[in-house]
Amino acid sequence: MHRFFLYYTVVLTVIIFIPLYRVVQGPTVFDRMLGAGAVGTKTMVLILVIGLVFRRFDMFVDITLAYAVLNFIGTVAIAKFLGTEKGNE
Amino acid sequence: MIGHLLGVTALIGGAFFLLVGSVGLVRLPDFYCRNHATGKSDTLGVMLVIFGMILIEGFTLNSAKLFFVLVFVFLTNPTGTHALANAALRSGLKPWFRKSAGKVK
Repeated sequence: MHRFFLYYTVVLTVIIFIPLYRVVQGPTVFDRMLGAGAVGTKTMVLILVIGLVFRRFDMFVDITLAYAVLNFIGTVAIAKFLGTEKGNE
Repeated sequence: MIGHLLGVTALIGGAFFLLVGSVGLVRLPDFYCRNHATGKSDTLGVMLVIFGMILIEGFTLNSAKLFFVLVFVFLTNPTGTHALANAALRSGLKPWFRKSAGKVK
């Protein structure tokens, strides 16, 4: 079981690196923000699996909850900021 | 033991959906299409992974906290992508069309 979680962490790390292409290459600023949000969402899952690997699940669940709140607040705040401007293509 | 088996199956399915969301974010042609990919696939993948972890943990305080994380992701991830799409539409980003859209051959 422990070995399965270790391999699962490696696979998740590979999956997290894919949207970074969109963050670097994105044509508009919205694409970059979307890629950053996707990376944050997948990082939440990675933190949970790391908690299972280290056998300290009680601590890492709280970290995951705080991370989810921060990710959501950041996305909504930047969307609010970008929606009130004109012509940022 | 059966809980562990079902939990591992849910974890692998969630990883598959996260991979589909990432590939869609890279491959699709437009901001709105990419928004669709990451708003639905990522939410389903994260929810499947957390549900599998609840099955592995059993009935403890940690699984109650995990249930709160699941409900939070279910509510906030589509809200965030919807806010981004709304901002893009307000600031005048045009949707993508095929070159031959609307023409009869």
